[in-house]
Amino acid sequence: MTSITHHIPEELLIAYASGNLAPAFALAVATHVSMCDECRARLGAHEELGGALLEDQAAQAVSGDLKTRLFDALDAPVVSEKTYARSGIFPAPVMEALGGLPPKWTSLGLGVRQMILSHDRSGSARLLYIPGGMGVPDHGHNGLELTLVLQGAFRDETGRYGVGDLEVATGDLEHEPVAEEGPACICLAATDAALRFRSFLPRLLQPIFRI
Amino acid sequence: MFETAADLVPKDRLEAGALPVRVGAGTRHGRESSKVTGKNGQVALAETTVWMLAVRDQRDKAAFGRLFDHFAPRLKGMLCRNGMASAQAEDIVQDVMLTVWRKAQMFDPGRAQVSAWIYQIARNRQIDVLRRERRPMPEELKPVESTEEDAAQILALEQETEALRAALKRLKPAQREMVERAYLGELTHAEIRAETGLPLGTIKSRIRLGLERLRHELKGTDGQ
Repeated sequence: MTSITHHIPEELLIAYASGNLAPAFALAVATHVSMCDECRARLGAHEELGGALLEDQAAQAVSGDLKTRLFDALDAPVVSEKTYARSGIFPAPVMEALGGLPPKWTSLGLGVRQMILSHDRSGSARLLYIPGGMGVPDHGHNGLELTLVLQGAFRDETGRYGVGDLEVATGDLEHEPVAEEGPACICLAATDAALRFRSFLPRLLQPIFRI
Repeated sequence: MFETAADLVPKDRLEAGALPVRVGAGTRHGRESSKVTGKNGQVALAETTVWMLAVRDQRDKAAFGRLFDHFAPRLKGMLCRNGMASAQAEDIVQDVMLTVWRKAQMFDPGRAQVSAWIYQIARNRQIDVLRRERRPMPEELKPVESTEEDAAQILALEQETEALRAALKRLKPAQREMVERAYLGELTHAEIRAETGLPLGTIKSRIRLGLERLRHELKGTDGQ
């Protein structure tokens, strides 16, 4: 845990704390926080600020019967929610996104694999599997991309990312991540717009792979 | 951002929290009292903390009623500021308070104030209802059957939150408005300017200590 050097930027942590972050990014933030006590404490600090604002919030009277209804419900039997536990390299939030099952990989060629976890208009979240020494095709993005390392490590123009490190790439970054030699690099990647591949073939494949 | 913290919290406040005091005796769930005592006599916790500990440890419905009276109108105010209708806001208030009752054993006063804990539950519930989706949540840290809670830690966190509230009151109206829109409203990450000048750094350090204490105790539990 102490080896994590790339953390969540402040504005993303605030947007997460206040519930204003798109689900794909929220998944990356929740997963990083599961791996990083530093960011768990920072998130806690933002929640203290939220709590302080809640204390100061102008009260708005509630209906007279709300308290009665609430107290009637206190002893009602509770349907326990399904919860997910960390499994291997996958922290609990990723296991929840996987529905508790191991990932079902789809090949992208040259040993690179992915599994889409969620995909909607607000963005997409996926797991990427990159064999040691392999690169992810050179790409830029129209929006924001968060990449969290779950196993192995990768390097690109901006530095080295090991387990727990979060890379934040904005629209202007054209980067070419390469997995370090050794065990495959497995990442959780969240984007708010389709990736733009620079080479011709991957661009044709984008609609198929939704990347 | 937020690293100006240390300058804004008077040093004596921090040291006042380092009194050698302990919360109650006995295990978390069997504890008879949430009173904090120490060498220097009785030390007062915030009312909301005392109520929440009574709910957690004794399933005290009277204390829960006080928490409701305190937080329900504030929660409704927070929900309605973004234009939510009164009836829907009250449904969410009810769900939030029900979660407070049911998940009380997860409350750790060494890591979060009651208001922060409830804030987090409320923002989650709001997303569940408005977007019909669950916000991904970090792994929960297991609560420990603690024989002693570190009251110095709890008090220090309370004092730092007090300093934060005092700093909030000193904000210029425009700055206060921005902070409220970020934490209570619907600003996106791109719209949030990461500079508030609020003393979150010391609170972070304090929560970090609480986490270390918890990890240490969990390690001890695992070894048994």
